Amino acid sequence: MIAKSMQRNGLILAAFAIVATLLVMLTARLTAEPIAREEQRELLQVLNQLLPTELHDNDLYASCRLIEHDALASEATPMYLATLNDEPTAAGIEVVAPNGYSGNIRLLVAIRWDGNVAGVRTLKHQETPGLGDKIEIRKSDWITRFNGMTVQGSDDSRWAVKRDGGVFDQFTGATITPRAVVQAVARAVQTFKANKQEWAQQPTNCGGAA
Amino acid sequence: MNYKEITWNGLWENNPALVQLLGLCPLLAVTATVTNALGLGLATLLVLVGSNITVSLVREWVPKEIRIPVFVMVIATFVTVIQLLMNAYVYGLYQSLGIFIPLIVTNCAIIGRAEAFASKNPWQRAAYDGLMMGIGFTLVLIVLGGIREVIGNGTLFDGADLLLGDWAAALRIEIFAVDYPLLLAILPPGAFIAMGFIIAGKNWIDHYREQRAAKPVKEVTRARVTSQ
Repeated sequence: MIAKSMQRNGLILAAFAIVATLLVMLTARLTAEPIAREEQRELLQVLNQLLPTELHDNDLYASCRLIEHDALASEATPMYLATLNDEPTAAGIEVVAPNGYSGNIRLLVAIRWDGNVAGVRTLKHQETPGLGDKIEIRKSDWITRFNGMTVQGSDDSRWAVKRDGGVFDQFTGATITPRAVVQAVARAVQTFKANKQEWAQQPTNCGGAA
Repeated sequence: MNYKEITWNGLWENNPALVQLLGLCPLLAVTATVTNALGLGLATLLVLVGSNITVSLVREWVPKEIRIPVFVMVIATFVTVIQLLMNAYVYGLYQSLGIFIPLIVTNCAIIGRAEAFASKNPWQRAAYDGLMMGIGFTLVLIVLGGIREVIGNGTLFDGADLLLGDWAAALRIEIFAVDYPLLLAILPPGAFIAMGFIIAGKNWIDHYREQRAAKPVKEVTRARVTSQ
């Protein structure tokens, strides 16, 4: 008797689970392409905002190459090289800050060839609305504080939030988010300075070049 | 229960935020401004109507013992599908509203309505109940967001253009200028205190109405006392 009702309920539950999973899978499959398209459009817009035409005369999206470095992201990540008369002038690198308050924060860090930051934008994050989301340019101009800065040496004390003795404001009620972003940008600038020649030599293999 | 009762229940008598005290986690977390409050309210409203309809439609096939896991699956599926669809086809809206959607899964007001109403009623009524409960929830969010934004920042509708489009930038009202935001109002403790006052206000109004309804009887007794 009990075994029979267990069997029946188990089957019904399994049926619902299958239908629910199928629905989610189907939607994910159908929306994958439009979502990728929207994200790409957003990325292009941000790239052109951070690397103005004075800095380059090439097609940024077609100059994409995948670079690998633990300090940038756990996987290979795209770098868009800006060149003027075939001389590299700057690069936009997609960086992941793994220690946000709620998962990964994906950033686009644009760095001039001399190592000064041209600009930073947040591409994707899940930080708390109203507290941690001030890293978006739409919500606050906090992220423009990086412009024109560079990292001196391997241990630059300015690259931290004010609470940790640095120059960057933390947010009211949210210190973890800006701390993660500051650290990620600092790592990106450092590794860029050390590896820029090698990265610029790599063949293009992603984005508009793929 | 007729439609008039469902309306009254959702908006006042059994309001999910003020009386059932459900969904406090997202409610207190994001009501620092009216704009955020409105965003969460609208997203919750959509999911509530959708999940109520779905639960009501499948209620015949779900045995009593396993109804809760099934409802959880229905709601989680619904939220995920809505999030994906918004991400793909209304990217602008998703950018401002999308961040609230994962918060909705934690809102027990939704499973509360599935269990208490949608699983026992035809889908039209369940949909209407979801709509009314959603509006009731949204109204409380907006009032709470308004109180906290005015006290904390001295503004109203700050950032409305991010949610409603560029025309809404004109909605922003600066009531008084503050050099530093009043932290207590913006942080969660301020939300608890403001919420307490709103609930107290609702109870006071209920009490006042009860007294007024009972008044004629009292007057009669008093008249008798004075005449003696």
